[in-house]
Amino acid sequence: MKSAVLFFLTAIACILPFLLPGNFYLGIATQILVYGLFAVSVNILAGYGGMVSLGHAGFLGVAAYTYAVTSGTYGFSPWTAVGAALVIGTATAAVFGLIALRTSGLSFLMITLALGQIVWGVAFRYTDLTNGDNGISLGRGTVISSDPLTLYYVCLAVLACVMILLAAFIRSPLGAAVKGVRDQPRRMSTLGYNTWTIRYIAYIVSGFVATVSGILYVQIFQFISPHALSLTVSSEAVLMVIAGGIGTLFGPLFGAGVVVLLKNVASAYTDRWPTLLGCIFLFIIIAMPEGLLPGTRRILAGLASALRKGAPRTASLQQNPRAR
Amino acid sequence: MSALELHNLSKSFGGLHVISDVSFKVMEGERRLILGPNGAGKTTLFNLIAGDLAPSRGTISLAGEDVSELPTSRRAARGIGRTFQILTLFGGETVLRNVVLASLGRTSKRWRPLGSLDADQEFRASAMEILRTVMLDHIAEKCVSETSYGERRRLEIAMALAQQPRLLLLDEPLAGLSKEERKGVEGLLNGLPRSLTIIMIEHDMDVALAFADRIALLQNGKLLVDGSRDDVIADPRTKEAYLAE
Ligand SMILES: Nc1ncnc2c1ncn2[C@@H]1O[C@H](COP(=O)(O)OP(=O)(O)O)[C@@H](O)[C@H]1O
Ligand SMILES: [Mg+2]
Repeated sequence: MKSAVLFFLTAIACILPFLLPGNFYLGIATQILVYGLFAVSVNILAGYGGMVSLGHAGFLGVAAYTYAVTSGTYGFSPWTAVGAALVIGTATAAVFGLIALRTSGLSFLMITLALGQIVWGVAFRYTDLTNGDNGISLGRGTVISSDPLTLYYVCLAVLACVMILLAAFIRSPLGAAVKGVRDQPRRMSTLGYNTWTIRYIAYIVSGFVATVSGILYVQIFQFISPHALSLTVSSEAVLMVIAGGIGTLFGPLFGAGVVVLLKNVASAYTDRWPTLLGCIFLFIIIAMPEGLLPGTRRILAGLASALRKGAPRTASLQQNPRAR
Repeated sequence: MSALELHNLSKSFGGLHVISDVSFKVMEGERRLILGPNGAGKTTLFNLIAGDLAPSRGTISLAGEDVSELPTSRRAARGIGRTFQILTLFGGETVLRNVVLASLGRTSKRWRPLGSLDADQEFRASAMEILRTVMLDHIAEKCVSETSYGERRRLEIAMALAQQPRLLLLDEPLAGLSKEERKGVEGLLNGLPRSLTIIMIEHDMDVALAFADRIALLQNGKLLVDGSRDDVIADPRTKEAYLAE
């Protein structure tokens, strides 16, 4: 059942460009893939590691800026820029992890927020490198492709690779250890697991995936400015994760879908789309506190069992009309 | 050789002296009982030995090696296994998977980022064997949140056994169990290999006294009496400490 749904959704994703009316909607679909990947990175840490970060846009930003500076400002080839962005983005995560993992819980939230704001501040103030508030625009030839259709499939392929690897990681011994440290850190250290190192690995893996999403981000927008790494972006990703289903593999993708669609489509009809977004989040929190994906699954399962139980009951009702 | 040696071990929380200058030796293969009224510092002593708490003063040696500075996970690798007085299990996982996670902890396979853990037949088989020892194999696939309290107490022991420890610390393994369940756990403890060194905290005197070779009596964090079972039972201070409670 689960794999059938998964196959169906993958098939839809593959033919989606030919179902959409134009490049505007194709662009939105691509954005969903990129923000979805970013939300997945937040979910690795928050959902599987139990550590909610409010500074992940910093990694997206470091990667996007590294790419833009290497490829745009210094004229290296796009693939060199991809390599540079991967290395520097992941290295940033490795350094930030050393600082952030000195804390946990609310302090972790605060310190990741502070680290994210530092990156934002550098992007904003270090104008020689980043062009400050104006950001950096990338011209033709400095990105891997400017063709919307190619970009869509590149993003889809990258997302698919990450999801396949992540699914394998979650089932692996190390993945089990990450979840174990989330649930029972004391027991885990008693069992011989080095809980700090395991959290650190989760942090770096999460930062790496955020880095990849940053590289895709700069491909599709061909532009990067400090707004892309603001606190709003970090917290929206956390909202995507919570709305979609924290600690589920695909939930964050659904959360990203809701947010990106509302932002782009609803904003065409109303200026009040943030209010609408707020209302939708409220609805999700109240109706499906576990998130859209697990919530839908629960409701569907409930319906299915109600139908199964319902069938014989209607039969007996017909036999005895007064039985109610 | 001594399996464990505590030397002038002390722990205070702020101004509260919970463990004061405790020294004793546990020989290899010994069954040691730790007695003492509630709040005497027994669990704190286990936390010091396992590494969950750092001592304020004093040293802990495991088989001759000073482990006082080692983190919990490194002490586990040197053979310390423990159960918790307050159940510390993975409530959302199956009974089997709890034990698999426990046996994974002592191998380097725990660092593998790929390959399914559930499909690992080796772990599965050894975990099933341990579950048979604690008589939980019939509910191996049950989620821990759906098991009874008595089953969880046995799983708590199974987790520690899966670590293949040289020194096993049992913190009130019979707490809250019915008479029948106690019998089961008692049989299980008696069936453990004699080479295993065991330190047990337990209030159930029937089981505990039959089990122990030697007894240490703690009161207010101080080691009041330490000696062979019969000596400690005969000691008037033992009666006093327990009557005072
Ligand atoms: N982390 C802690 N912080 C402060 N006091 C503690 C802490 N852990 C234990 N204590 C205190 O130490 C004393 C001994 O506790 P404990 O070792 O759990 O006793 P026992 O297991 O013998 O019943 C108690 O008074 C308890 O309140
Ligand atoms: Mg206790």
